[in-house]
Amino acid sequence: MAVKHSRFDRFLLTLNAIFLILAVLVVVVPLVYIVVASFMDPTVLLNQGLSFRVSDWSLEGYQKILSNPAMLRGFANSVLYSTAFAFVTVSISICAGYALSENRLAGRHIFMTLFVFTMFFGGGLIPTYLLVRELGMLNTVWAVIIPGAVNVWNIILSRTFFKGVPNELKEAANVDGASDMKIFFQIVLPLSKPIVFVLALYAFVGQWNAFFDAMIYLEDSKLHPLQLVLRSILIQNQAAPGMIHDQLAMNELKRLSEMIKYSAIVISSLPLLVMYPFFQKYFEKGVMVGSLK
Amino acid sequence: MENTVEPSQQDAVLRRRNSTGRWIEFIKKNYFLYVLLAPALLLTIIFKYVPMYGAIIAFKDFSPIKGILGSEWVGLKHFEKFLSSPNFDVIFMNTLKLSFFGLIFSFPVPILLALMLNQLRKAAVKKNIQLFLYAPNFISVVVIVGMLFIFLSPTGPINQLVIWLTGKPVMFMSQPEYFRFIYILSDIWQSAGWASIIYVAALANVDPELHNAASLDGANLLQRIRNIDLPTIKPIMAIVFILAAGGIMSIGFEKAYLMQTSMNLPASEIIATYVYKVGLQSGDYAYSAAVGLFNSIINVILLVTVNFIVKKLNEGEGLY
Repeated sequence: MAVKHSRFDRFLLTLNAIFLILAVLVVVVPLVYIVVASFMDPTVLLNQGLSFRVSDWSLEGYQKILSNPAMLRGFANSVLYSTAFAFVTVSISICAGYALSENRLAGRHIFMTLFVFTMFFGGGLIPTYLLVRELGMLNTVWAVIIPGAVNVWNIILSRTFFKGVPNELKEAANVDGASDMKIFFQIVLPLSKPIVFVLALYAFVGQWNAFFDAMIYLEDSKLHPLQLVLRSILIQNQAAPGMIHDQLAMNELKRLSEMIKYSAIVISSLPLLVMYPFFQKYFEKGVMVGSLK
Repeated sequence: MENTVEPSQQDAVLRRRNSTGRWIEFIKKNYFLYVLLAPALLLTIIFKYVPMYGAIIAFKDFSPIKGILGSEWVGLKHFEKFLSSPNFDVIFMNTLKLSFFGLIFSFPVPILLALMLNQLRKAAVKKNIQLFLYAPNFISVVVIVGMLFIFLSPTGPINQLVIWLTGKPVMFMSQPEYFRFIYILSDIWQSAGWASIIYVAALANVDPELHNAASLDGANLLQRIRNIDLPTIKPIMAIVFILAAGGIMSIGFEKAYLMQTSMNLPASEIIATYVYKVGLQSGDYAYSAAVGLFNSIINVILLVTVNFIVKKLNEGEGLY
């Protein structure tokens, strides 16, 4: 039986719908602007703003960005870092989460406290940096993957997931004389596909969008991930550092740097944009599992 | 009775329990769980707890040659230097203001969104609106700040509107007075939708019969929201608020740093960006570590305090 709405209620509901449509517009319009601008002739864009005439369109921005070696290398680096990071951090979280979900793990409260404490207090940037340097990890791929590999939140999520796995399954295997290792690899892991998938998505996206660790640990620009390349293009306005020196070319450089900003944003967001609508429900699931605790 | 055990037998069981044999048996049986836990535990000790120990350089005159242990103790020298430096007031207040206003303005928006989304009757419409509202959450901070520079540049679309209205552009990104406003507004734009998920889910669990009964009793929509929906999400609001308030001093370094221009520094220099510059760019490790530690300690104090207050206000329901 549905709720009966008074006239006042219906007025509020109409208002509600209008506000929600406005909210969607506020979110969508800037994104659409970037996408449309990325296909525009930069001179037209600068002088007249957006235009929907085909003659004002151009693929020059994409040609330039796709022939930019730093950008391509950054893209490849980011694919590598994100995949490796997702693999490492998810493996660690799943294993730890499973161990902590078992009541027979003596000391599990101490371990949990040890993990959770790091969510609220840390040694800080400088001691961590000095440690990474001491370990000889500066300027290596490991610096962006290993120090951040333990994600306490992920451990809590997977622990919650494993607590929900019916004990009977494991007990049955136990009666059959299966070892812990066998139970983990043959019964628990296959069951945990959904949580593995959700955590891997989060880890991949997180690493894809990260720039800070790379900025402080990776001096060699050949190792830079996409976000650092983007930073130099979008924020430091260095479209092609050291490429053009003479004054005459300065204007061209400025035009170029404006033009490739839009296509750089689109290209860098493409993997996530493509993934997102399909995976939205998994991302949501991640939030929900965590809130159950 | 089958549960009764002979005294001598009981003794034997107890003795076995107290012996090392019991431990060997336990480890034999459960070692694999510890193997699974080991990587996470080891990495946490190395990369989280060792730096906490390393933070003692904040109380030393750190020299890379002598190392952390060999460097001389100087007590609170670095803390005193920071507290008495002319920058302190500005940086501390910038950090506090940015976080505090951020919390005050960002906190209610997801709740409002969730209450509004909850009123939509058609599930498909709701799903699609959510799809759009969640999307900005996945944009990287570099791209967000890049978009801010594009949209707010003197020749950008916002300024074209401003010029049309007032005749001259506004230098949004280089004037300190706009920094916090831009920071917080873009933050809401990016994360309010995503942050509403948890409330939306809680509201979906409200029994429709409650609303039905209330409306039969003559309650209008606003009254039903106040008396049915809001109490439902109140516990979640408390937890989200405590967590946000606990993170008040650890406000995102990344966005503030990327948004910084030499002109807006009077508002955009916060403790985190200061630590980065003094420590990693100028190499003053010990001083910078002291500033960072100062920040972490305030953070923990805030978390505990806010949790205490919310617990009092919320009938004993806090984070811990």
